[in-house]
Amino acid sequence: MKNFALAGNPNCGKTTLFNALTGSTAHVGNWPGVTVDKREGIYKGGKEQVSVIDLPGIYSLSPYTPEEVISRNYILDEHPSAIINIVDATNLERNLYLTTQLLEMDVPVIIALNMMDEVEKVGDKVDAKTLEQKLGVPVVAISAIKGTGIKELMDKAIEMPAERKGTSVLTGALERQLECAVAYYKAEEVSSPLFHAVKLLENDELELQRSGAKAVGEKAAAGEDLEAVIADERYKYISANLSAVKVKKNKQALTKSDKIDRVLTHRVWAIPIFIVILFFIFHFTFSENLFYLNGFTENQAWMPSLVDCGLATELENGEIEYNNFWVELLAVFYDGAVYSPGVILTNLLNLFLDHISDGVITLMENGGAAEWATGLIGDGVLGGIFAVLGFLPQILVLFMFFSILEDTGYMARIAFVLDRIFRRFGLSGRAFMPMIMGFGCSVPAAINTRTLADDKERTATIRVIPFFSCGAKLPILTACGGALCAMAGLGNVDVITYSMYLLGIVSAIVCVLLMRNTTLKGETPPFIMELPAYHLPGFKNLMLHLWDKTKHFVKKAFTIIFASTVIIWLFSHLSWNWRYLSDEEMNQSILASLGMLVQPLFTPLGFGSQLGEFGWVFAVAAITGLVAKENVIATFATLAGCIAALGASVDGIVVGDTLAGIDGVADAAAMVSATGMSGAAIIAFIAFNMTTIPCFAACATAKAELPEGKFKWTLLFWLVASYVISAAVYTIGQWWWTLFIWLAVAAVVTTFIVLRNIGKFDIFGIFKRKNSKKE
Amino acid sequence: MIKLLSDFSIGESGKIKAVNGEGRIRRRLFDMGVTPGAELTMRKKAPLGDPIEITLRGYELTLRKTEAACVEVEVQ
Repeated sequence: MKNFALAGNPNCGKTTLFNALTGSTAHVGNWPGVTVDKREGIYKGGKEQVSVIDLPGIYSLSPYTPEEVISRNYILDEHPSAIINIVDATNLERNLYLTTQLLEMDVPVIIALNMMDEVEKVGDKVDAKTLEQKLGVPVVAISAIKGTGIKELMDKAIEMPAERKGTSVLTGALERQLECAVAYYKAEEVSSPLFHAVKLLENDELELQRSGAKAVGEKAAAGEDLEAVIADERYKYISANLSAVKVKKNKQALTKSDKIDRVLTHRVWAIPIFIVILFFIFHFTFSENLFYLNGFTENQAWMPSLVDCGLATELENGEIEYNNFWVELLAVFYDGAVYSPGVILTNLLNLFLDHISDGVITLMENGGAAEWATGLIGDGVLGGIFAVLGFLPQILVLFMFFSILEDTGYMARIAFVLDRIFRRFGLSGRAFMPMIMGFGCSVPAAINTRTLADDKERTATIRVIPFFSCGAKLPILTACGGALCAMAGLGNVDVITYSMYLLGIVSAIVCVLLMRNTTLKGETPPFIMELPAYHLPGFKNLMLHLWDKTKHFVKKAFTIIFASTVIIWLFSHLSWNWRYLSDEEMNQSILASLGMLVQPLFTPLGFGSQLGEFGWVFAVAAITGLVAKENVIATFATLAGCIAALGASVDGIVVGDTLAGIDGVADAAAMVSATGMSGAAIIAFIAFNMTTIPCFAACATAKAELPEGKFKWTLLFWLVASYVISAAVYTIGQWWWTLFIWLAVAAVVTTFIVLRNIGKFDIFGIFKRKNSKKE
Repeated sequence: MIKLLSDFSIGESGKIKAVNGEGRIRRRLFDMGVTPGAELTMRKKAPLGDPIEITLRGYELTLRKTEAACVEVEVQ
């Protein structure tokens, strides 16, 4: 089967064309070593079936970004039957710059002149026939969005001869130098000698690695700076030939895109507008009170809940029983307040999943299955997978909004607006988006780091994403914070929740600064970026994109996450002699004894040995939190019952009415009262869960997105960071004067790093070598 | 008059004279079309004064002032 590679600038409509060509046959794989999507699909519309490979969007074939290296190596090493070079007709000059480089390779090339409809709309003209004559390869005008010209493009591509010798626009100006370098590569029997020769003259890093190449390059260049000459010659050639190809009508004063841009990057309004947009994205994804229709505070609430309407009854254990299925369905959209689209989708999916798992459990019980088997399948397998799958709607909704921002071109403007702030921390403006997405969910946030060009910047960003406390961690904040308030006799948890979010942000900043100055040292990546014209996102593309993400996530839910949840369930329901334990006996489980074993480790954090007999519950809750952070509070509920049965006094703290309305506060208060935990220790526990290893879904995503070999160090980083942060919180909260010790330690560490970085402190040379091996 | 791109004020145009700077940044500038002879117009500054946005070869490019300082431009 013939295989065609799609190459072109970012934003030239490459993905749209790929989707139009391959439709549902596309599948996503990872490139070895680097994590950039390689998408592959089958085109069935022509005389024969052909495979189509979507290469990452690039501006050039220089070896400075992973995308460029991947595309270059793919074409040179995998020998595709032909390259389909997509050229954005609205931006011909810069797009053809890449074309002149592709033409230097010994591969057949066909040019898809995209966005011709846009060109005609503003009254300009691009002459495909003339362009074809000038470049010497077939040119077909298409519109990827409308689907016109695609069949003609593919028919021509399939019929192209299988061989083509590279041609260069530089042969005129650099004839002597090129001849010399080409001769060298021909003698070395390298394919595409012309391409390599040009790159050598540009002093290309990858070419200089070949033995003897450096001498040849230096001789050919004879001291001249050919890099500038070559770039210049390419553009000269393009400008010289362009006048014949492109007829431009007089440019209007302001295009629509310019007008939008004036508002969105306004000197004063840019940042407020951005904050409002961000607010609505989160509001539509997570809010359980759409548009604040039910008032801004508890006191203003006027909408009746379903229980108030007599459609449902509240059971003893706080669960709600709905009168019939239709009421249950209504509760998906409304219960005391109107829900946002994200919440509605989550409720729908969970309604469906709950019915499946209830059905399976009932079936097993009626069929006489053993209690342990029902527990394993119902709670362990289905409970675990469904808990993770339950995130999917909100992840997708959040991802959809951010995709729209990316597709419309707004995301690039945000990077433009915020770059100044982020540069201080050694990041670029683009790092902002993944971080802010972290407040919703770490999974789409980690995927979004792909827009960052620099590997070290990506690694640093992925590592701190969990510090931006996600939606699933909120129950930990409110439940433990609530318990703390009840203990101190305070009214509400807002201040605690808010300060914990703030603590997360500060920790992220400190950790990024620390990493960018030690293990992930490197220059602030350059910020030389195209600001694409604004345009409406394509609905079909958006849906295909989301479908890709869904497939990825579901696959993970059923493999790594599935395995881990089953193991944790087994550990929490089996004793060392393989006896099945009910929830109330969990203190005899393998997990509990592991919890007791690691309990002393948490002593500096305030929830270790000092908590005595029942202290292990906090260690166990933190471990179950690895599956999904919701589990922390769910485990509290289970364990509160368990330790009460063991005779712990769990009623020491009176929980007021307002606080009792928050899920898990009563359970958390019971645990705190049974263990006599201090207020500082509660906050340290929250801080630990917020900053430690995130849930399995987030870990799996981080592993896929991080450069090879970085994942294990990332896990270690999370463990160490959370340990240090919560130890600081506990000790300072417990004994205020320890603040000065922490400040002194921080000062020493900072001085040490600064001195080392300016090179005045080299007695740790051995460490340095070790570190550089690690990273 | 020759001026560094980083010293341009909004609305000013010019023709690029030379591109300096360290290998990677210079290469990236070339690849984005910032080559000697190209004409550019300074469009705007980000709300915090940096980076800047220029129009060049028919499209919009953003770069930081430190990177713009590598570009020498003949003011028109």
